[in-house]
Amino acid sequence: MPEESSYERRTEDAVRSTDEYEGMIAETITLPGHGGDHINAYYARPLGAGPYPAVVLFHHRPGWDEWYREATRRFAHHGYLALCPDLYSRFPPGPPDEVAARARAEGDVSDEQVVADGLAGVSFVRAQLVSSGKVALMGTCSGGRHAYLAACRGRNVDAVVDCWGGRVVMQSEDVNDKYPVAPIDLTEDLPCPVLGLFGEDDKSPSPQQVAQHEAELRRLGKTYEFHSYPGAGHGFFYYDKPAAYRAEQAVDGWAKIWDFLSRQLG
Amino acid sequence: MCTTIGHAAGIAGSGRSTQGWFWFDRVWLSYDHPFHAQVEHAVSVDFVDGSRPSGERVAVELTREAARQLALDLLAVADQADAYEAGLMA
Repeated sequence: MPEESSYERRTEDAVRSTDEYEGMIAETITLPGHGGDHINAYYARPLGAGPYPAVVLFHHRPGWDEWYREATRRFAHHGYLALCPDLYSRFPPGPPDEVAARARAEGDVSDEQVVADGLAGVSFVRAQLVSSGKVALMGTCSGGRHAYLAACRGRNVDAVVDCWGGRVVMQSEDVNDKYPVAPIDLTEDLPCPVLGLFGEDDKSPSPQQVAQHEAELRRLGKTYEFHSYPGAGHGFFYYDKPAAYRAEQAVDGWAKIWDFLSRQLG
Repeated sequence: MCTTIGHAAGIAGSGRSTQGWFWFDRVWLSYDHPFHAQVEHAVSVDFVDGSRPSGERVAVELTREAARQLALDLLAVADQADAYEAGLMA
């Protein structure tokens, strides 16, 4: 890793000297997803020669929204190629909440499709000239579940960050054609370390489900770091949702993400 | 994702969106993360025009308590409406 690249990516934060050049490009691109469908993705990357590790983000159920675009740029700010596919690309375009409502009304998207779209993103970032070859998956809410699922299915990534992914542990009645396997049941195939961030007041995943997931990781000898925050429920990173946002826990959670990715991706 | 609570039904009516009045033919009821309400989960009621690919939508997000109260109020008004119509026909 060239010295200048490691300087751009700090463990604790992305503070740069005021006389240091900084730049990034963030734009919408298209790439072939599940079934060869062309899907949109938001792609942000530092302006530099790299090599940069990459993060593929799985957006949450409220859609491919402003928070996810900002999060994508934040990863780029910290020195990662960051790609966030629009998992609702196949629905008619519109404001993110309208598209997400449409997806919700039509029973959401299948695990198979989401995993394929996400892994297409992995292939895309890994093929970039400025890629280091190391790739992590990250998601919140349903995206946390999808990130974990895609890591187990793809078996080709180097780290996964699961932020309060509900339904990693699933009840048998929730298993159907769209969600044929509970992600926890694929844990044996997990190829990489996992960072899990959860709120103790969350109901999905509940503390009991988080404990069940952790027990399965431990049983199978997987490398994991789980942190459950008191006083936080679901979505405690979402500063645009005052009822959910917990500043102190969010600051610590982001610090844990930077530290984890720095150690796992180099 | 966090819940799988949802129910779709056919319904005929008209609603007003930012684009003006439109006919809707479907209602989608769910209990999941809201887009706007400041609660973790909300009862969402979406009246949609399912006949067009980018059909219009009128949406409301309610707490569970508000959803129950609305259901009771709707039933009360429907009961009064039934009585009114029955009186006219007597």
